[in-house]
This record gives sequence, structure tokens and C-alpha cells, in this order.
Amino acid sequence: MSKTQNAIISSVRTVMGWVPAQWLPGGTPDPLIERRAAIGRQASRLDGPLKVAGEARFAAEVAMDRLCYAALVHSPVTRGRITRLDTGAAETAPGVILVMTHRTMPRIGTLPLIGITDLSAVGNSSIPIMLDAEIRYNGQVVAAVVAETQEQADHAASLIEIDYAIDAARTRFQDARPDARTPASLLMDKNHVSIGNAERELKRAPHRVDNMYRTPAQNHNAIELHAVTAAWEGDSLVLHDATQMIAPSAAALAKLFGLKREQVRVLSPFVGGGFGGKGLWDHQIVAIAAARLAGRPLRLMLSREGVYRMIGGRSPSEQRVAIGADAEGRFTALLHTGYSVMPPYGACPEPYTLGTRALYGARSFEIMQRHLDLDIVPNTFMRAPGEAIGSFAVESAIDELAHAMGVDPIALRLRNLPERHPISGAPFSQHALGQAYAEGAKRFGWDRRHAEPGTVREGEWRIGMGCATGSFPYARMPGANVRITLRGDGTAVIACSAQEMGMGTATVQAQHAADRLGLPLEAISVELGDSALPAAPMAGGSSQTASIAGAIAAAATKLAGELLRLAGNDSPIAGLRAGEVQLVEEGIASIADPTRRESYRSILARAAREAIAVTAAGSAPLEFLKFAMHSSSAIFCELRVSAVTGEVRVDRLLGSFDCGTILNPKTAASQFRGGMIMGLGLALMEETLFDERSGRIMNPSLADYHIPAHLDVPEIDVIWTGIPDPRSPLGARGIGEIGITGVAAAVANAVFNATGKRIRDLPITLDKLL
Amino acid sequence: MAIRINGSDVAVPDDARVSLLDLLREGLHLTGTKVGCNQGACGACTVLIDGQRVLSCLTLAAQADGRSVTTIEGLGSGSDLHPLQVAFIEHDGFQCGYCTPGQICAAAAMLREVEAGIPSYVTADLAAERLTLSREEVRERMSGNLCRCGAHNGIVEAILRVAAEHAA
Ligand code: FES
Ligand code: FES
Repeated sequence: MSKTQNAIISSVRTVMGWVPAQWLPGGTPDPLIERRAAIGRQASRLDGPLKVAGEARFAAEVAMDRLCYAALVHSPVTRGRITRLDTGAAETAPGVILVMTHRTMPRIGTLPLIGITDLSAVGNSSIPIMLDAEIRYNGQVVAAVVAETQEQADHAASLIEIDYAIDAARTRFQDARPDARTPASLLMDKNHVSIGNAERELKRAPHRVDNMYRTPAQNHNAIELHAVTAAWEGDSLVLHDATQMIAPSAAALAKLFGLKREQVRVLSPFVGGGFGGKGLWDHQIVAIAAARLAGRPLRLMLSREGVYRMIGGRSPSEQRVAIGADAEGRFTALLHTGYSVMPPYGACPEPYTLGTRALYGARSFEIMQRHLDLDIVPNTFMRAPGEAIGSFAVESAIDELAHAMGVDPIALRLRNLPERHPISGAPFSQHALGQAYAEGAKRFGWDRRHAEPGTVREGEWRIGMGCATGSFPYARMPGANVRITLRGDGTAVIACSAQEMGMGTATVQAQHAADRLGLPLEAISVELGDSALPAAPMAGGSSQTASIAGAIAAAATKLAGELLRLAGNDSPIAGLRAGEVQLVEEGIASIADPTRRESYRSILARAAREAIAVTAAGSAPLEFLKFAMHSSSAIFCELRVSAVTGEVRVDRLLGSFDCGTILNPKTAASQFRGGMIMGLGLALMEETLFDERSGRIMNPSLADYHIPAHLDVPEIDVIWTGIPDPRSPLGARGIGEIGITGVAAAVANAVFNATGKRIRDLPITLDKLL
Repeated sequence: MAIRINGSDVAVPDDARVSLLDLLREGLHLTGTKVGCNQGACGACTVLIDGQRVLSCLTLAAQADGRSVTTIEGLGSGSDLHPLQVAFIEHDGFQCGYCTPGQICAAAAMLREVEAGIPSYVTADLAAERLTLSREEVRERMSGNLCRCGAHNGIVEAILRVAAEHAA
């Protein structure tokens, strides 16, 4: 992420600013926004029957002949070098096929790091994978044992003896600050934003807050462990993987192992949760190499501890937020700066200030992030990277300011909502946070809140209410391809390599295709999860739905052209051009004169075709360079804090979302709730504990890293404005990540309202409230 | 020496280290039973042994000798789904579906525990003749089954619905 990149993106944005909106994708609203039948319906998940019966096959569940099993050995030291390696006992243990270490690992290159310019670059780390004796972080994989059974592999792994020469390691967050790096950009944005003189404005402001907020490291903790089943067939590789980046992984692995793209097939029809963690890491590469050496198909499933040791999570952060306001509460200064970890061999910044650039107007801004270099497993993106923790800091600060000024925190926020994007000046495509607040507050009963903290008690419990804003940017990825196969029997198949991790992708895109093609929902089937299908981008940035929707729209246009050609001169639609027809009621019809129509069946029958197939890519996603496209939400929380134990119980949680068209209320509500529940974890319990002396994770298990369990989760109320975004396919914006944003601040603000204690250090555990 | 699994007899494996979970998944390809931690912390591996919920990752296959094991595959499949399976679909009690078989097996046994009058941490009246299955009771009793996708509301709703239909 360089200065050059900043220059390129800002010049593209400038040019986009001159281009008339009609010329861009989304320039005229998607006609399906007005005309929909299956979209917006409460369809149950298409894969539901398979999942409830335990018949959905995940990556570690593919049966294969002669399958062998691998177990990994992780470094217990943080920096240093292997000085002695004795694999003798392991090699002669019962059932062992081979032991692979840096001495025997096939020589391969390193993965190109995740970036926004090369979509097949998906590496999370540039450290060579088991190619030398160097140790760069605690938990790094140093050996793999392959055996006939998992029990044999696990036992033999325990017999490997390794001595290390230990070097000094950088493991303390605070010690790394003097050497912090200042990156030029964060993802697509310039890092340093300085408008006016924010420090001076802050000093002059009649009202101000200025505080530090801290958030800990966290892990994704998908319940499915990372797993692969790898099989070489001659020089071709088949990989059953648990991944949220199917096509990009296949492309990257082909490069890494010197194969042609067609020689690598990655299958991942079901993924047991991803949240950013199921990318391409060392374990897939070790498994593929070991399978090659063993000459047999091989399965590797990480242990839960192994996931913590070698799959990075969310970076810890330390954030300063300062806000100055005039007598009316208008922001005169907004400062958001801080530190998070990103080792030089990592790829993923934690962009906690990105949301701050879009949400509120202010006379002056000072925004900048610094990266700390620690010797740790490289951190990666985790649900709503940046916004999840950035919103905690900013939305807590606003609550503090409101309290100091004696005004309602919602009123203070609404007073500072911008007309246009506060930094770029770009117009919003659609933005109704005010409406989301109004509807949410009414439904939640915000007017029953006592502004004075610590005034509501029920026995040992102190009760409080809080609210906060959540936000997440819209994204649509380039390179989304979809194939539509229309069959003579009036059914259609939508195929692409997209991933299903529980978002309901197949269900929602079937609904979309039904409306796009004018077919009943039952006539559509969807094939996903296989790199042999037309390539789709990774599932990330809440972009998959819009990206695939854009590709289906493009393929449908192409299909209309094909059908016109096929219909020929003997059809009622003869002579019409692609722009003059629409796909409705199981056929193609003139827009101007709907009586001129012919059904798909009839066209295909006359042409003696069983099926026609078209493949198309979505248009370049230029809409979000011209418009500010952001989803936002208002989160409300009511909770109790025990005056005796400090225990926090969340009684009510409501999310009021402004995310464009909601495509399937049932699966969308689940997505929102799922994000909000992870937000409760972020607020109250989640924390990856590093021993700062050794750099080792101390709680690598689900017994010691707490995530919300059933009793922690109240019934969650979810509502939305449902206002379509005129600039996006179907009027929809992504909803996978916004749910988590704002929740931690809403909880912290409610804790303050209940107790008068302001906790600026997540998670809000009971020790902090006593 | 045999374990009855979903109605068929299966030999106890020779390697004494094999857990019931690994016997099911690797030995018998009954992969409906999931694994999320292998150390008793997540509930994904829940199966029924003689009708009671058990974490199969913490159970050696040999311990199930002579007993009857029911996995999600034995609870219902295809067009013959268990009412809980149907309700989970209806109430969207899952997203990725990975914790789901464990949740459903746990729920099936849990409903029987309630019927048998076994109290929980949140049961207010320990002397009551009949337990009323409140939302709170379901949440407490299902807390050993983690779900990271956050399908908790749908899961609880599905279980309450089935319990209500059963009572009616
Ligand atoms: S796998 Fe058995 S409890 Fe997690
Ligand atoms: S549905 Fe994914 S973990 Fe529960």
C-alpha cells in the first residue's frame, strides 16, 4: 500500500467525479429494484435440509481411498533458530509414513501477500513456510508427521525432539511504539487525513473530550476447525479446503507449486464459518507438500490450539479519540489516531479509523494510524476489520461528550450527520441513519432512559441503556463471473466459484436469478464452491452478494442477446434489440409492447437446443469510487450490572439498519444478529491473551477464550429501513459485517448509564466494574 | 464387544486411543457429528448414548461398548426429518450449519431432561411438580453448545416451538 497507490486511486476518484452518473454501472437504478417477486421473500435456506441432517460435507469429511493423516508441531519459542532436530523416534513409531521438516520440505516460493491490485494474491504472511531453520513467531509450524491414522500421527508428533537457539523477540505492545511505522495508505484510503488544525480547534472548543481506548487481540473462532483434504492425481492437485477464497486460492497455489491454473482444483461447497479467518495459511501448503511426498491423499485438521497458534486474528489497538464541539454541539474537531499491530511480513492492517472518515462532519480532522512490528503470528482481517473496534472508540467518545454537555447522545449524533462524505465531498448514494435512529429509538423505548447514570436499581442490579452508531462501507469486487445455463425444460442453473459460509449465498442468489430471469424460484439451482466453475472473488468485505448479483445481471443481459439471436426471424420478438427486451414470465418480451413475447421453452425447442449457457463478468465496480456508499446502523442496548459481583447481563439489544434493499428477511436477520452477537463477545468477553514476556498465546482454547453462549444472548430485535441504494445491483449493500459494529460502544455506554463507570478498555469484564 | 450405532452393531476399534468421535467420523464416515475443539468445550460433537447427551470427543469408543449411540444421521434424514430438524430450518436456527447437528442432538436430550423434571441453574422452583420450559431455561440448558455464527435466537425459538407442539 504505497504512495503511488494513493496517487492512482485519488486520480481515478477525481476523474470519476467528472463522469456523469448515467455512464457508470448503477447510473440508472437496477430495474429489479421496482420489479421483484422472489427477492424480499422469507425463503428458508436451500441447504437447510442437508445441514440439519448432517449431510452437508465439509472439507475434512471427504472420504478417500488410502487416506493418511497429518499432525503438526509448533514452535514453543518466539524468535530463534532450530539447532537440533531429531525425528528418529517419530519416524519409527507405528503407522508413521513420513516426517517432514525444513530439511525435507519441497522447495517452493513464498505467497504474494493479500493486496487490492492482484486478486490472486491471498497470502497472509511472507515468511517462508518450513523452508529454513528460522523461527519468527511463537506457534510457527516446524514439522509435520504423516501416518496411517490420526492417533498415530498425533503420538509420533509428540516424539519429535527440537532444540532452539533463542533470540530476543519483540513481544510488548508498549515497547514497540517508538519504532512504529506510518503507512501511506490503508486499503483503498490515504492513511493521514489532516483538514484544518484539529489540535488548535480542540483546545479552543467550549466542549471537548480526549481519551484513550484499548481493544485486545481476538480470534475468529469459527466452530469448524481449519481443515484440508489434499489429493494429487499425477501432476494435478485436488484440494478440499475450508476456505473463503476458492478461486484466488487455486490461482495462488498453482503459482506456488509451479502448476497450470487448470491443474489445481479447490472445492469448498460448505465452510463452517469464516469471519475472515479461513484464508490461505501455512497449513494448506504443508498438507499439499506432505501429500506429494507421501504419494497419497492426506487430511490435515488443525487442533483448536493449532488454530490459535498459526492463524492470526484481529490486532490489538490503542486509539486516541478527541472531539471538540461548539456551544450547539457541532463538531469543530475530530481526532482519531492510534496504534495497532502489523508485522512487516503480514498483509492486513486493522483500519480502525476508516469509519471515522465517513460518519460525522467536523470543521477539522486529524486522522492517522501507526503500525507496530511485533514477532507474532501475522494478524489478519476479522469481521468488520477496523470498524468493529474503531466504532467502539468513537461512539464511546460521543457518548462521553453528550454526557459532559448534558444533551441526548442521539440528538448530538444527528446534529453532526453530514450532507456529503465529510472528507472526499462525494455525494452519498443513499444514507438514512437519521431514520434508522428514529425508528430504533421508538421501538426500543429510548425515551424511558434516565440520562443521569446510576439512577435505576432493581435489587442488586443497576440498570442502564446505551446506544451507538455502526457503519460499514459498501464494496463490490471486480472479477466476478457467473454462468447461466437455461434449459429447454424451463429451469436454469447459476454457477460460479463463490463460497457459502452460512451467509445464505445460494438461497439469495437463487431468489435474485428467479426475478432476473422471470422464473419461479423452484426452477433455479445454484452451484457454488468449486474453482472449476467461473471464477468469483473471495468472500470478504461484505462484498460477495453485490459482486455476484452484478455478474448475474450482466449474464442475464448477455442471455437476452443470445435468445434474440436464437429466436431468429420467425419469432414475435424478431427485430428487437437487447436493450428493448426484458426477461419476464419464463420468456423474453418487448418492453414497449409486452404482447410481443416468446417463452424460453419455445425458443429452445424451435432451435432444437437442450440448453444454452452464457458466462459473463460483472461490470467494473466504479460506483463506489464516485459515490460515498456506506451502510449504517443504530444499536440500542439495555443491561444490568450486579453491584455485588460486577457481572453484566445484557437484557435487550436492538439493531436498526440502513443497508439498502434486504434480499431475504429471514437470512438477513440472522446475519445481523450473528454480527451483533459477535459484538457482545467483543464488548464483554473476547480476548486473546499474549504473555508479553514470551509472545505466546496463553488461552488457545474455547474453554479459556470466551465467546457468547446461549445464556449470554438475549432475544435480539432487528429492523431496517429497506431503502434501496440506487447505485448498487438490486439496491442492496452488504450486510455480513455491519452487525458487529457499534455494539461494543452501545454496551459500554449502557454500562456507564447503569453504573457511572466509563470503561475504555475492552472487554468489559467484571473486575473492571468492582 | 460391539457398539450399537444408529441401530447397527459396530466393532469396538483395536486402538484404545480412538475416541467415539473419531470412530464415527473417520471409521464409519458418519460425519454428521462435528468437531470444534476435541476437548469438551464446544458441544459440536454431541451425540446421544442411551438417550443422554454426551460429548463424543471426550468419550473413548471403548466406553460406548454395549451401549446404544444415536447420531444426527440416526435422528432423522431426507424426507424423514425429526421435528427439531424441521423447526431449525423453519426458524433459521443455523447459518454455516457446523454446530447444528450437535445443537439438535443436545436439544433432543435436553427436552427429555426437562420432562424428567431435572432442574437447571436457572430453575426458580426446585420443588415444582412440572418444569415450565421458559426461554431462559432453554438458553441455560443449551449453553454447552457454542455457535459462532450467532444463530442463538433461531435455535431457542425452534426448540421452544417443538416443545410447545409436543406438549399440545
Ligand atoms: S468437539 Fe467435543 S466438545 Fe468440542
Ligand atoms: S451455525 Fe455456524 S457455528 Fe452455529
